[in-house]
Amino acid sequence: MSKRTDTAGGSKDVVTPRRPTGRTAELLMLIFASVIVTSALVLVELNQNRALDWSLAYYGGGYLLALAIAHLLIRRYARYADPLLLPVVALLNGIGLVMIYRLDLAAEIAAVNRGDEPPTPPQATLQLVWTAVALVFFLIVLVVVRDHTVLQSYAYTLALVGVIFLAIPAILPSSLSEVNGAQIWIKVPGLFSIQPAEFAKIALIIFAAAFLVSKRTVLSTAGKRIFGMVLPRARDLGPLIVALLLALAVLVRGKDLGTALLLFGTLLAMLYVATSRISWLVIGLLGFAGGAYIAYRLFSHVRVRVDIWLDPFGDPLGSGYQLVQSLFGLGTGGIFGTGLGAGRPDIVPFASTDFIMAALGEELGLVGISAILLCYLILTARGIRTGLACRDGFGTLLAGGLAFSLALQMFIVVGGVTRLIPLTGLTTPFLSYGGSSLLANYVILALLVRISDSSRRPPEPRRAAPLSRPQPLSEVNTEMVPVTSKGTPGSTAGGAA
Amino acid sequence: MPALILQLTRVGFLILLCLFVLAAMRVIRTDLRYAGEPRTGAEQPKGGRVEPRQANAPRMAASILVVTAGSLAGTRLRLGSGPILIGRAEDSTLVLDDDYASTRHARITQQGQEYFLEDLGSTNGTYLDRARVTMPTPVPIGVPIRIGRTVLELRP
Repeated sequence: MSKRTDTAGGSKDVVTPRRPTGRTAELLMLIFASVIVTSALVLVELNQNRALDWSLAYYGGGYLLALAIAHLLIRRYARYADPLLLPVVALLNGIGLVMIYRLDLAAEIAAVNRGDEPPTPPQATLQLVWTAVALVFFLIVLVVVRDHTVLQSYAYTLALVGVIFLAIPAILPSSLSEVNGAQIWIKVPGLFSIQPAEFAKIALIIFAAAFLVSKRTVLSTAGKRIFGMVLPRARDLGPLIVALLLALAVLVRGKDLGTALLLFGTLLAMLYVATSRISWLVIGLLGFAGGAYIAYRLFSHVRVRVDIWLDPFGDPLGSGYQLVQSLFGLGTGGIFGTGLGAGRPDIVPFASTDFIMAALGEELGLVGISAILLCYLILTARGIRTGLACRDGFGTLLAGGLAFSLALQMFIVVGGVTRLIPLTGLTTPFLSYGGSSLLANYVILALLVRISDSSRRPPEPRRAAPLSRPQPLSEVNTEMVPVTSKGTPGSTAGGAA
Repeated sequence: MPALILQLTRVGFLILLCLFVLAAMRVIRTDLRYAGEPRTGAEQPKGGRVEPRQANAPRMAASILVVTAGSLAGTRLRLGSGPILIGRAEDSTLVLDDDYASTRHARITQQGQEYFLEDLGSTNGTYLDRARVTMPTPVPIGVPIRIGRTVLELRP
């Protein structure tokens, strides 16, 4: 595969045959991903003893069309983007779609057994529609944000938008904002409901990147030295305290443990990337531990989660039901899983949103879920690599922050499902059913694609040409340093050489 | 469906998933080979191929930064390996006394053979020749860098 990539890249760039654009590799990986997703869909049908019919072609065709459009968009608008970002996301999104479809089938059977009508429309169809909307978002971000540094100048606007987004559900009456005890939604009755925190997260990461890049020198100023660690000055603690307060506010008002943890963790990691001082991490983690302890003492919803985590079998049919079923599901799956469509992942409540990793773990086993986690690892690693290769500090921080937020979200979700940490209600990026999550994560993908395009783009052919060429006459009168009295183009070129 | 085929497809699907991860690793490895090369165009030519840019311009490494216009005109700065901060802040490498310059205005950093100019979010912008600098841009020798009323230039 690598050989083919080389030749393709080389034949395109005859002048500078040094780095392939990676578009061929991306196409091949996309084809591979769609083969996997198609075979997953077929397997589900076979295991459910259903005949292969044309309704499948809608799902498959819609998914393939979406992939093809995304690939063409990247070819057009971000030619040098990282070749792995899109295929990995396509695979995850596709597997998510198949799993949601599979859970729909189970729900349909359950409804028929009860004598009810099956729920319409099925979640898989809705998710496919959301994928299409997410791709439109992807396109908009890719076309509008032609250069990620532009975002830097909207930093404070975005921060305001982010905080407002976080605050709206807290202000709305709970009939319009509460689902399953968490007040984090904006519900438009009869139409749709969105989780604004997903978008607020992106806005706040962009703001944090812009803020930290401008204050980086101040924040890394050395203060006192304690235990061989250089502490920051007390007056520079402001941003960290603001982040902590923001997270606590989300926790208290929205009862949303996951988002609070995600926001604080991501901002802390970005602070560390910006200043490269361990002391910030230590102070942040101490602050987190203090905040967590206070939250545990004060708020009953936090205590319930922690108690379930410590002893899920204390009340296996009541509060611990979800987690216990998730653990049984993972246990049933074992190392190789029951096979797609052959397990009973629908027993876990919210299998298609919060517990999709448990559903996948049951049907694909440890091996399958490890492969999926590796895909997330690759996604994060490519994001961080993009940040490292980026030529401006803002891009570095933004790509690093976005990539880290994906990784941290996966840790929180998988940790919760497998009882490593207390369960918090976060969606699994790209896999879970849910429009807001999908839209927001495709925006993150678009931003990463944009930054990777600018960091991998060979700078010289584009830059060198206009400088050595004689300037157009229309621009000559804007020249500041007088070279000759006439200021002819020839003299400018002579002076520049 | 016969159970045997279902078992085979179950394992087969897991193998497919793992192969995808392996394929992704291969793409990363291909990518790493190119990541090692400097992206500034100053790499050594392979197999007798000479970069067209190097062929017509003799290789000159910039060694001084000269202020050609503005209140500091005539100031010369020897280029080291560290970044050069330009602005009105006291701790800048080149402290400007220019009402149109920001406190931290721009930065010049060395990458390989070339120097890159980066705008640090200044109010009035940094211009390389006539183009506003929005991303780190390589600075050729002798091309004016305009910061407020100050004009700088790299000289060999």
